Amino acid sequence: MALKMVKGSIDRIFDKNLQDLVRGVRSHREDEAKYISSCIDEIKQELKQDNIAVKANAVCKLTYLQMLGYDISWAAFNIVEVMSSSKFTYKRIGYLAASQCFHDGTDVIMLTTNQIRKDLSSPNQYDTGVALTGLSCFVTPDLARDLANDIMTLMSHTKPYIRKKAVLIMYKVFLKYPESLRPAFPRLKEKLDDPDPGVQSAAVNVICELARRNPRNYLSLAPLFFKLMTSSTNNWVLIKIIKLFGALTPLEPRLGKKLIEPLTNLIHSTSAMSLLYECVNTVIAVLISLSSGMPNHSASIQLCVQKLRILIEDSDQNLKYLGLLAMSKILKTHPKSVQSHKDLVLQCLDDKDESIRLRALDLLYGMVSKKNLMEIVKKLMVHVDKAEGTTYRDELLTKIIDICSQSNYQYITNFEWYISILVELTRLEGTRHGHLIASQMLDVAVRVKAIRGFAVVQMATLLDNTTLLAGSGQHKSICEVLYAAAWICGEFSEHLEDPVHTLEAMLRPKVATLPGHIQAIYIQNAAKLFAAVLNGQQGTPDCQTMQESSQLLIDRLPLFVQSADLEVQERASCILQLVKFIQKLQHKEVEVGEEVTALFAGELNPVAPKAQKKVPVPDGLDLDAWINEPPSESESEDEKPVAVFAEEELRHARPHHTEVDEKELARRREARKQEQANNPFYIKASPTSQKGYQDSTGVEHIPVVQIDLSVPLKVPGMSTSDKYLKLEEERRQRERKERGKKEKKKKKKREKRSGMGRRHDSGPESEEDIAPAHMVDIVTEEMPENALSSDDDEKDPNDPYRALDVDLDKLGTGNPQRPLADSEKLPVRAHRPTNILKSPADDGEVQEVPKEPKKKSKKEKRDKEEERKKSKEEKQRRKHHHEARKGPEGGPPTGEPIQSSYNAELEPALPTAAPVEASDPDFWLSSTLLSSKSQETTEATPGPIPEKAADVGPGSEPENTKSSKHKKKKQKKDKEKEEKKRKKQHGHSGDREGEESVQNGTLEEEPLPPMSNYSLLAENSYVKMVCDIQGNLQNGSQVVVSIIFENKSTSFLKSMEFNVLDSLNSKLQRPEGSGPHDGLTVPFQLPPGVSNEARFIFSVQSIVMPQRLKGTLTFIVKADDSSTHEKLDFKLHFTCSSYLITTPCYSDTFAKLLESADLKGTSVRLQEVSLPFHHLLAKICFHHHFSVVERIDSCASLYSRSIQGHHVCLLVKYAHQTVTIDAKCDESSLLGNVLEEIKKTFSQS
Amino acid sequence: TVWEIRFILIQNRAGKTRLAKWYMQFDDDEKQKLIEEVHAVVTVRDAKHTNFVEFRNFKIIYRRYAGLYFCICVDVTDNNLAYLEGIHNFVEVLNEYFHNVCELDLVFNFYKVYTVVDEMFLAGEIRETSQTKVLKQLLMLQSLE
Repeated sequence: MALKMVKGSIDRIFDKNLQDLVRGVRSHREDEAKYISSCIDEIKQELKQDNIAVKANAVCKLTYLQMLGYDISWAAFNIVEVMSSSKFTYKRIGYLAASQCFHDGTDVIMLTTNQIRKDLSSPNQYDTGVALTGLSCFVTPDLARDLANDIMTLMSHTKPYIRKKAVLIMYKVFLKYPESLRPAFPRLKEKLDDPDPGVQSAAVNVICELARRNPRNYLSLAPLFFKLMTSSTNNWVLIKIIKLFGALTPLEPRLGKKLIEPLTNLIHSTSAMSLLYECVNTVIAVLISLSSGMPNHSASIQLCVQKLRILIEDSDQNLKYLGLLAMSKILKTHPKSVQSHKDLVLQCLDDKDESIRLRALDLLYGMVSKKNLMEIVKKLMVHVDKAEGTTYRDELLTKIIDICSQSNYQYITNFEWYISILVELTRLEGTRHGHLIASQMLDVAVRVKAIRGFAVVQMATLLDNTTLLAGSGQHKSICEVLYAAAWICGEFSEHLEDPVHTLEAMLRPKVATLPGHIQAIYIQNAAKLFAAVLNGQQGTPDCQTMQESSQLLIDRLPLFVQSADLEVQERASCILQLVKFIQKLQHKEVEVGEEVTALFAGELNPVAPKAQKKVPVPDGLDLDAWINEPPSESESEDEKPVAVFAEEELRHARPHHTEVDEKELARRREARKQEQANNPFYIKASPTSQKGYQDSTGVEHIPVVQIDLSVPLKVPGMSTSDKYLKLEEERRQRERKERGKKEKKKKKKREKRSGMGRRHDSGPESEEDIAPAHMVDIVTEEMPENALSSDDDEKDPNDPYRALDVDLDKLGTGNPQRPLADSEKLPVRAHRPTNILKSPADDGEVQEVPKEPKKKSKKEKRDKEEERKKSKEEKQRRKHHHEARKGPEGGPPTGEPIQSSYNAELEPALPTAAPVEASDPDFWLSSTLLSSKSQETTEATPGPIPEKAADVGPGSEPENTKSSKHKKKKQKKDKEKEEKKRKKQHGHSGDREGEESVQNGTLEEEPLPPMSNYSLLAENSYVKMVCDIQGNLQNGSQVVVSIIFENKSTSFLKSMEFNVLDSLNSKLQRPEGSGPHDGLTVPFQLPPGVSNEARFIFSVQSIVMPQRLKGTLTFIVKADDSSTHEKLDFKLHFTCSSYLITTPCYSDTFAKLLESADLKGTSVRLQEVSLPFHHLLAKICFHHHFSVVERIDSCASLYSRSIQGHHVCLLVKYAHQTVTIDAKCDESSLLGNVLEEIKKTFSQS
Repeated sequence: TVWEIRFILIQNRAGKTRLAKWYMQFDDDEKQKLIEEVHAVVTVRDAKHTNFVEFRNFKIIYRRYAGLYFCICVDVTDNNLAYLEGIHNFVEVLNEYFHNVCELDLVFNFYKVYTVVDEMFLAGEIRETSQTKVLKQLLMLQSLE
């Protein structure tokens, strides 16, 4: 053995350590792979050795190689070996390797569960820490399930270092094992109040992350977070919370209103840019979610815009970028506020950084209006020229098209201008967006009927222009516009001035170099043109043109008949034969024009993009069913991606439209003529033209593409579309003047003018005042009859976070309506559901399946109602709370009674109390003050349901039985109150159980009855007091007594004073300056039927004996006309159990404790206990503050600690209805008393 | 949309990984691909550019220190500046921990760098921002070696 060790260490001398490996890799740059494969061989040898140090070193090297991209998954088992080393250094290496290379599919992970559990519970916090960190990376659903409970326990670890890690990892556990969310959530929420700010911020992180996914479930936490937001100084936490609020506000507009003020304050005050940015973003989100009717928003918006402008003007590129980004969000809802910063945005188009330019482009998109569209696009066109040869230019191009075409061309007043812009864009060489331009051309030409004449002329020029053809070789994309051009010329050939010329242009041999689908379109449309020529010449004696064009086709088409492209070939040969036939007829002087035209007859109407989707599926048609048996191999369903612009699809004859259109056309024609008459740039068309639109300029006068030659219309220094800008300005000016005149004439002819927006006639030129130049109405797209109206998007069923959509509201709110179902328990722990009230017999309504949190049942609705009720009650409490705060006495340490009950912050020991307030966003959000209590009661849910539920109370608690007895005497409303309160108490106990039973081992037996530590203190006809006594966690000599005062009378109770006769051993802590016999004022008043809780602190010296203290409560009963002094005597009983604090203990520590000689033992025997064992354990744990260390069958070890540090160990055995408790403690009289109390607990039941 | 960090990368100009911490599960090939892509988008940018790059469906927030790029990949809706500060905080801790950190420190002590990351970030969340606290923990951990 020794020899082996020596040998091992000798070997190690020759081993490469990490440093050597790193150096080696660096010096073998040229043959790295080879070097590394030799290293891996060495490592494999090292891993075969027994020496753990060698193995760890090997694994460490592997981790390095893994980082460089080498596969080390083969060493997974060795990694597990190193993980389980007891030495921290090696363990850490193992966990690092595991966290880098383990994933869900790694099978050895199964082997690690126990090792990780051991490490998690290690007494060394660094072992725990390293295990947690590792786990965060490779946690699998199985690990999450098996370890959820252990990690949850760690959330209450004594070291904040561990607590913080555990809280964060819990999030990963939720993701992998969503079932753990509900049981773990109350404790997670508790961590928001952790004394350590790090833990707190971790909890904020996790809850924010959860809430981000399913914000609705977390709305109830808003008040809590609001408080954190206004109190926290940690920017990270603030950012998270503010982000969370951003997600919550869309769900709850009132929240938004509440947020504006603190957020604007932060914006003003913070110096951290990140926080400022987050605030601005959230304010924007809030304002978006708020309805626009709210006043005072402009100030907030202005503030945001102002701050953003500062960011954008900053020299820091990052700030500039973010400023623009945020600005674009404001733009969506408040475009006016942003539009004034157009200068700034345009400036950013010149920025060196492309991402900034792109952001600026995004902004421009939203900034355009009818007024400034032309101007903005002009600027963009300048940038297009400057950006020659970059991808940014393509981006500009798409942006220009986006900007112009947005919301159905809403901002375009002059479509001639737009067509010119599109034509100009075709000049861009090397653009990838030929498709886009082409589809725009088609779209505009089809949908804007009035522009067809102009478009056709422009397109004819494009066809005639050879540069596009020439470019077709390298720049495939741009020639797509020819596709559009050919189609437009063919389809709307009646607008062509010289169809024969265009026909010739379309059949040039060079066309054969175009892509097939474009050639096909050329040929098809050449045929259309041919038909138009024939038709046009119909009736004229001169048939030469017709014969010429027939000949032209017959000459040119054979080239295409030889095409390699099927479509081209087919169409060409078809049409060739047709033309030959026509030629024959022509020779016989038969009139064929009409027949040929009939080939292409029919009106085109645009169809809405969603039309097909909206056609309802006829009854009995199953679209998903196979028509034939599915083919064995999957066929590709891809349709041809090439933009076949669906000519055929569009060809649906819609004759009923034509009539209307004729009228329309006539009207428009008139308008147009008038406009053109005033237009100095327009050349009048020849009077001979037969068709309505041929008053546009002749083909050769249209300034396009290679226009640099001699174009009469081109204003020097301006590109073609510029003329429209000028034109437009003139036109608007003219119109303004005209309008002025007309207004004087009392709006006589208002109807006659353009249909658009002449509704406002006062004030400066507004958006609507700009009438479009063309009177173009965009033909509305057709929808099928009885189209389905809505197409809401469903929630993505594949969303991995859907599983976390769990309704947590009812959790921990002290409301037993939706306790954890058995199925929701964490696997290793027994949870004692508190669902007594929930059994079917209780309320006789449909039982909700607890697994389906989303399902809205009656009961849930009822919950809501109940919550609403509570909220009102809460208001009352709040009021008192404020009063309490205002009270003259000092803070808690002085011993003043703490008005604790429903405030999470004050009451870590009672985690469940907090949610009552927290779950009440309704209350918290409503700014109106409550009306009188009596009103509330009458308003309260009248339903018989709660009543019923109340009648069937479990009555297992003394206080419960009392209350239900009492109830019978009372009015209905009182019953409800009562019941509510009782529920609350159940809630308390239930959740506390949840906490304490964590250690209870695997108990999956029948559910436990509800338990409560609140016991009746005293009661008379006015007031009832129940109390719970707990040792103070923080202070070894203090006991906290929580008393719930309930007003049973119909009068107001005020000036309550609580006093106790101190004993030598136990003293009520009174504020400084008050005498030893003075009473303490209870910090609230009680309206009829209301209960509230106050806490009193007692100092105790010796805890080994139980104590009884006599006390008195005095109070004034205020009736309508009179008020009386009353008093109630009580006896406080400090049991020894109340000095014990539930403390978790690990089995090894427990074993050590038992071995140590300090503990003295005793034992006790309980006869005839008929409870199931787990009930018994639960009772001991709950009432006497023990935690289960270990449980094996019907034998369990329990542990607890007194507030003064005494260890109390119990070994509970159960057999034949007899319980034997062997106990050990370092203080025998304490132990004796505790055992007595335990005995008593069971004799009572 | 998710808020947590997807991954943290440290690369040098040549694209050598100096640290890769993954908070989402990717398979090995995907990891290498991501590393290469990040390198490609980040190294072409110079000082005049922002420290943010859109990347697939996420964004990369990066900062260059000498020859090293520190990159954090987060959701597009996340707070850029906060993570930028986070990176700087991290680098300051490294600098303190290694006493004027240089690339070689990170290479030879790569496992320590992972420890630093784990102390500052966990489960994709920022865990600790206080430099003193982190350094204290790091020294504690070192003393256990």
